[in-house]
Amino acid sequence: MKFGVIVFPGSNCDHDAYHVISKHVGQPVDFIWHRDTDLSSYDAVIVPGGFSYGDYLRSGALARFSPVMKSLKEFAASGGFVFGICNGFQILCEAGLLPGALIRNKGLHFICKHVSLKVDNFETPFTNLVPKSKVLSIPIAHADGNYTCDDETFRRLEQNGQIVFRYCDVDGNVTDEANPNGARSNIAGICNEARNVLGMMPHPERACEDLLGSSDGRDIFSSLAKSIESIK
Amino acid sequence: MKAKVFVTLKPSVLDPQGKAIHQSVGTLGFQSVSDVRQGKYFEINFDSSVSETEARAAAEKMAKDVLANPVVEDFRVEIES
Repeated sequence: MKFGVIVFPGSNCDHDAYHVISKHVGQPVDFIWHRDTDLSSYDAVIVPGGFSYGDYLRSGALARFSPVMKSLKEFAASGGFVFGICNGFQILCEAGLLPGALIRNKGLHFICKHVSLKVDNFETPFTNLVPKSKVLSIPIAHADGNYTCDDETFRRLEQNGQIVFRYCDVDGNVTDEANPNGARSNIAGICNEARNVLGMMPHPERACEDLLGSSDGRDIFSSLAKSIESIK
Repeated sequence: MKAKVFVTLKPSVLDPQGKAIHQSVGTLGFQSVSDVRQGKYFEINFDSSVSETEARAAAEKMAKDVLANPVVEDFRVEIES
């Protein structure tokens, strides 16, 4: 099993993701420079958080044109696991690997805090080890995390179980008050129809050690590692 | 030949920045403003050999593929020769 973490100019959560994979998942992991195009040795590729290309034009818009992205699309189409976190989620939406878009937070502020997350679908390769009653505590850190999509897309997301995480209160209730950024239906993370591509605004790689206030992120990375193992 | 590309949020998409600007101009005394929407503006200069039709086609393709995100934004192209 081998993981890769893509590094764009402006990525800044690449080392956190690398650290979690090597230390907590305990698996080999490489950094992949955005100009590299060979993803053949990887089982899962992480598109990390940060400010790729300085968030110029729109968050994630310019990273789509990096050479690695064509390979990433082929990698995803052939069933490889792709995990976009924060800016990575924005990039996957801009690249068309996930539907919808992430726009400016409703309150305009950059928000950096722990939020509660309800898992809406436990049957994905990224959530199958999360205990069923657990409300995850994972931090967000973004200005453009307000998920939006048209009605038809939303209907398909719901119907196909593609909504994976929703912002909720500490008891797991999905409420307007628990929605930090105005995201449609409190959406914090979605997957593609085939469920091998996940994007989420919260940062599970920043929540894998009790010292950091939560280790709930490990449930997600462990799920992914188990999913890779089960198909190998 | 110059193409001007105007990118605007679709009417159905919330524009919190436009709302904040609306409030600010209200504070400035412009009480009769009913709404403000923020957008982006691009000027794209072409070589002199490019025709108006070619410039328009190229600018529209750029707008569609890069400058605007069709999920949330509309665009309009004007050509200035």
